[in-house]
Amino acid sequence: MSIKIYVPRDSAAVALGANHLAKALQYAIASEGHDAIIVRNGSRGMHWLETLIEVETPEGRIAYGPVKAKDVEPLIEAGLLEGKSGHPLYLGPTEDIPFLKNQTRLTFARCGVIDPLSLTDYEAHGGLKGLRSALAMHAADIVKEVTDSGLRGRGGAGFPTGVKWNTVLHAKASQKYIVCNADEGDSATFADRMIMEGDPFVLIEGMAIAGLATGATKGYIFTRSEYPLAIEVFNKAITIAREAGILGSSVLGSHHAFDMELRVGAGAYVCGEETSLLNALEGKRGVVRSKPPLPALEGLFGKPTVVNNVISLASVPIILDEGAEYYRDFGMGRSRGTIPIQIAGNARHTGLYETAFGLTLGEIVEGIGGGTATGRPIKAAQVGGPLGAFFPPSMFDTPFDYEAFAARGGLIGHAGITVFDDSADMLKMARFAFEFCAVESCGKCTPCRIGSTRGVEVMDKIAAGIEPKKSLDLVTDLCNTMKFGSLCALGGFTPYPVMSAITHFPDDFVGSTKLEAAE
Amino acid sequence: MNIHNPLGGVELRALEIVRELKTLEGPLLPILHALHHEFGHIPQSVLPLIAKELNLSRAEVYGVLTFYHDFREDPAGRHVLKLCRAEACQSIGGEAFCNSVREALGIDWHETTPDGRVTLEPVFCLGLCSCAPAAMLDGELIGRADLAAVKAALAEAGR
Repeated sequence: MSIKIYVPRDSAAVALGANHLAKALQYAIASEGHDAIIVRNGSRGMHWLETLIEVETPEGRIAYGPVKAKDVEPLIEAGLLEGKSGHPLYLGPTEDIPFLKNQTRLTFARCGVIDPLSLTDYEAHGGLKGLRSALAMHAADIVKEVTDSGLRGRGGAGFPTGVKWNTVLHAKASQKYIVCNADEGDSATFADRMIMEGDPFVLIEGMAIAGLATGATKGYIFTRSEYPLAIEVFNKAITIAREAGILGSSVLGSHHAFDMELRVGAGAYVCGEETSLLNALEGKRGVVRSKPPLPALEGLFGKPTVVNNVISLASVPIILDEGAEYYRDFGMGRSRGTIPIQIAGNARHTGLYETAFGLTLGEIVEGIGGGTATGRPIKAAQVGGPLGAFFPPSMFDTPFDYEAFAARGGLIGHAGITVFDDSADMLKMARFAFEFCAVESCGKCTPCRIGSTRGVEVMDKIAAGIEPKKSLDLVTDLCNTMKFGSLCALGGFTPYPVMSAITHFPDDFVGSTKLEAAE
Repeated sequence: MNIHNPLGGVELRALEIVRELKTLEGPLLPILHALHHEFGHIPQSVLPLIAKELNLSRAEVYGVLTFYHDFREDPAGRHVLKLCRAEACQSIGGEAFCNSVREALGIDWHETTPDGRVTLEPVFCLGLCSCAPAAMLDGELIGRADLAAVKAALAEAGR
């Protein structure tokens, strides 16, 4: 049998040269007449080691990384095809790498392991078991299972998924929809992208289960134009699933119908907000809608609609397969199950780490992340993307839990963490938060549309040392107005990065008066 | 343009695309994407025709077109270079990287080099936050990007 060599086709790996590497490897295999084939898998999530390639041996998969195209010849000479340890890029058995070994992979169990577009691989690794269980259940029982699992919306809001499904289940309508929010625009997040590229069938399965649970027969997945590879892989996966009878008029031979379509956004961050996303799907400007009515009752085209994040939906199959209790037993407090934490920016060990809720921020950033990539001291960790708060090291004892973060003036969001070293200027970051909000505001509500621009101006005043005390009071007041007066999280949460930067890093906000005083 | 005038080649091709996609639920974004892919931008002259086919006002179509950052009303350079300006990239030298590229190309955001070769666009997140800073040249991703990597990619992309 041919030797299998895994070379990821995940965007992060590709951005680091995986395609060139695959080509070089293919050429070497062919020209030297080795009996080996290359499988393009997803990423294992250890992105500082990308491109991480693996060789299948009788003792399991052996990893090498980070590998560049130029390393191919020396690696083969050192016994790559036999999984030998002679080369400096040898990492040993993949599963024994501490970063991977210590994870609890439920949602990402198959990501990086299988060929993303092989249904045979998918089923061999436990795929479709959740959907088969769901097909044998009443809709209300599926909803109950998801409710009992304690699964909460992984997009950031943390709303109980089962409760949302229940509302849609009991809504009367000729047509209902499942909308998957794959508009992953937050900096530091890439979990949705990794699922779409690395295990697309789990998301298809999760959406199909959501359809069975609520009586929806049509699904839309709305993703970003910035994710060309995810779009390509996911569209192929939909076609394969349709041909295999997982999607269509008869889901796995049952009397249930469910089909789906992928739609692509056009570079508007605000479309990650669910009502704005619905407008984009309808072909309108991506302007936020007022709630009520809830999308669960009047969503896409005015019909009852489940809007769930990719990770929420991709976590559903394992819940239906293993049961609500199995999932609920992981985690802490009201945060149940696992969360794929994404460690990004200036961290030594960047990548995706799926684990039960409850680790402290310090354990994640300093322990798992290994501190900064530059080797300088950590100044701050921004948790939850551009709308999340900056945490100083003195608050790294905060456990990763929705409520614990809220109590500390922050949010988990989509669980992305950006690490900053001591060269970061927090006034600049606070100004950027306002600037970003100004660029991306949909313009519907005044606090967000005008407040963001005024915020940039006031930050510039502080930087210039013009009435810093008065300006800081003004920003605080402005943030209050935005927080309580904005329709959605864009305007409403921009105060999180701004105020956390001001509160925890006051030395960065004294402006040039400090310089003047020193002169 | 007046819709009653004879349609040119661009408009006829646009009409084909619109008619092919108009049966979708919420067809406007897919239509704009398809037109953008075909022409490299959305020509003014196709707006009335989209409006007529979808039974929308021209203002509505124009409103959607201008809401989304991706859609251009004028052609870009032969290559489009996108540099990520978001936080994760900033945390590891993103701003200095962006400035070095702007300086090397001699253009600012949204501008095109005088020879029409490269258009520079900011982007807020390519999902490559774990190998930042990130860039994208015509859909090709570049992780841990620096000026040298961008120059190499541009050289490979050719004129």
